[in-house]
Amino acid sequence: MGVISYREALNQAMREEMERDADVFIMGEEVGYYNGAYKVTQGMLQRFSERRVVDAPIAEMGFAGVGVGAAMVGLRPIVEFMTFNFSLVAIDQIINNAAKIYQMSGGQFNVPIVFRGPGGPAVQVGSQHSQALESFYAHVPGLKVVMPATAYDAKGLLKMAIRDDNPVVFIEGETLYNTTWDVPTDEEHLIPLGQADVKREGKDVTLIAWSKMVWTCLDAAKALAEEGIEAEVVDPRTLRPLDVDTLAESVRKTGRCVVVEIGWPVAGFGAEVAYQMQKLCMDSLDAPIERVTSDDVPMPYAKNLEDEVQPQVKDVVAAVRRVLYLE
Amino acid sequence: MAQIIGLPKLSPTMEEGVLVRWTKKEGDKVSPGDLVAEVETDKANMDFNIEDDGVLLKLLVKEGETVKLGAPVAIIGKAGEDVSALVEEAQKQGAAPAPAAEPKQEPKQEPKQEPKQEPKQEAKPERGAETSTSAPAAKKQTPPQQKPAAKPAAKPAADKAAPPQPTGRLLASPLAKTLALELGVDLRNIQGSGPGGRIVERDVRAAASGGGNGHAQAQPAVDEEAEPVEEEPTKQTQALAVRHARQMVPDAEGDYTDMPASNMRKRIAARLTEAKRDVPHFYLMRTIDAAPMLAFRGRLNELLGDKGKVSVNDLIIKAVALALRRVPECNAQWNGEGIRQFHRVHVGVAVAIEEGLVTPVVRDADQKGIGAIAAEVRDLADRARSRRLKAHEITGSTFSVSNLGMMAIERFTAIINPPEAGILAIGTVVDTPVVDKGGAIVAGKRMTVTMSCDHRVIDGALGAKWLAAFVDLVERPESLAL
Repeated sequence: MGVISYREALNQAMREEMERDADVFIMGEEVGYYNGAYKVTQGMLQRFSERRVVDAPIAEMGFAGVGVGAAMVGLRPIVEFMTFNFSLVAIDQIINNAAKIYQMSGGQFNVPIVFRGPGGPAVQVGSQHSQALESFYAHVPGLKVVMPATAYDAKGLLKMAIRDDNPVVFIEGETLYNTTWDVPTDEEHLIPLGQADVKREGKDVTLIAWSKMVWTCLDAAKALAEEGIEAEVVDPRTLRPLDVDTLAESVRKTGRCVVVEIGWPVAGFGAEVAYQMQKLCMDSLDAPIERVTSDDVPMPYAKNLEDEVQPQVKDVVAAVRRVLYLE
Repeated sequence: MAQIIGLPKLSPTMEEGVLVRWTKKEGDKVSPGDLVAEVETDKANMDFNIEDDGVLLKLLVKEGETVKLGAPVAIIGKAGEDVSALVEEAQKQGAAPAPAAEPKQEPKQEPKQEPKQEPKQEAKPERGAETSTSAPAAKKQTPPQQKPAAKPAAKPAADKAAPPQPTGRLLASPLAKTLALELGVDLRNIQGSGPGGRIVERDVRAAASGGGNGHAQAQPAVDEEAEPVEEEPTKQTQALAVRHARQMVPDAEGDYTDMPASNMRKRIAARLTEAKRDVPHFYLMRTIDAAPMLAFRGRLNELLGDKGKVSVNDLIIKAVALALRRVPECNAQWNGEGIRQFHRVHVGVAVAIEEGLVTPVVRDADQKGIGAIAAEVRDLADRARSRRLKAHEITGSTFSVSNLGMMAIERFTAIINPPEAGILAIGTVVDTPVVDKGGAIVAGKRMTVTMSCDHRVIDGALGAKWLAAFVDLVERPESLAL
């Protein structure tokens, strides 16, 4: 074990998988000579050469398509988007090709590809670069959607995503790259896709959150503990497949549920989670399930407004107090 | 023979039709192509031309009635035939209300036979589930909340002598309802502290512990053991009702999971039940010196190098096949009246797969070399696991082998795979002290095999003879190559 950053964990995961399997390669803007826009691919060009660390032109639709084609003929590409905002340029390749070829070819072609990069709002980068797109991808059958919150999860899940024989959308937390966690150095540190993780145990309310919101919920849980409220924080880690069993087990235990996401409220993935929980836990619920989301607006640029729009600890605490009938 | 005529499909999308007019009447002779009625379909009024020859014996539908596609409309046959049985059957098919001429009509025309499949009722609720669209500041949107009038604990009981009569709907959270059942609390006696007077968990707990809402007489449930739990109201966080360990409840539905059976599982259940019930099994057991066979296998594999591998099981398949050749009376089946003895030897090999087991067949195993058998079994087993075996590859065996040796089972008895007359169950090779020819105790390798015999075909002495042949082949394995 060793305490490493989320960024380093991703780097290790890719290096180990590229050492392990010569078919794995990475392609994206600035992944090579610049060492990655967020330095996730630091040093990989030196180790693996231009053949396997490919600097792509600024043409997401193009290189995402090249990746899908490469995957169809047997390679295992990792396509890095500088941020997931730019995946929108390539979304036709992701949704209409990567996710569908296996089905449309009658199982003749599978597409073992990983689309990865940072997602979610960062700090003052404007509304076009401050959005959470996981709900878009989680909507699509044929895709898996992974949202790691910690370095530990990032490494184990990325290794598993690379080994997966079907397309995986792997969205990293843009503001999480410097967070650290104890991570096994074991090269077989693998976390199956579709396995939720209880990040904090509690008995009074279940907070369900992924990616950066796990950290917000852990902070909220700390604040609630001072009032004598023990919140359980459960991180699904992958939105698709979704481990409803683990989530429901927690909700049945606590009788109350708050779903927290940094995306917008309308048709956000939290709505699906809330639906599943009310369906599976109806008889255990003491209060309607609450959702905490960003406000239903494009992200403002002003710092004070930007903070206000996103879910903060106080919003989570308030929602918890509502499901506990404390106000 | 009279027969029922159903309403034919007169347009591609037709599901029912209105019989507008009969153009023939009961007793009329008809031949193929004759117009017998006009039917209004979803498209238009269509001619109903009959395709049969005969006499219209009975019209089952009155003009103006709506009839489902395929439902009986008439009975046709030879003049003078008795149709009462058919009329009854037509009624049972639930279609047309019997004509007025039939007064003793039973009231069982109810089940109109067409179980209307509700289209995708599963999917529906999902769509409507979350309609909180468009509220701009959804984050802050809290349910319109009436403040609970006061802390529940402070609320005086309404009237202890006469509990409040329920008026209107009782509002309680699902958890509160569940808990009330568990703790034997009558929700009608509780004043809810949630929004709109909703009874929530803490109200039920307070009532159960005799405090709070002032209902010391929480009514015990029918079950005497389900006494209200003694619980001190939590002091630090009084409003926070913390859930405690569930009470022990009698065995209930939640204590097990029912898993639907796959088709394979159903087939296994049916076939093996039948086999064990109908075939008179008896069992013969022998312990074999396995050392020569293991040594022989080692030499074969040495010769093969990386060109393949021979397993103990492959040698046993070959030995079973040759033993059946030596004692052909066992290569037989009971066919109901007598014994059918087969001229060819096809050995079934039980293969465990995820959903159950299948028994692919090595055909003419007595004719094949050991290496060929090994390759064939590996291929069959691989394809069995991926469910890609063809039907002819799992039928026609004349004797079977089931081997649990690789799973460390020392000996077991197998169920015969009908219509075969025998199956051989192979145990693992055990290191054990044995007495050698000179009377000394030495380390030996022993394997126990159990033959299940169908007594209708194989008697004890015959089975023993077959086993002796099998043991001889295995203990002198070079003969397998001859």
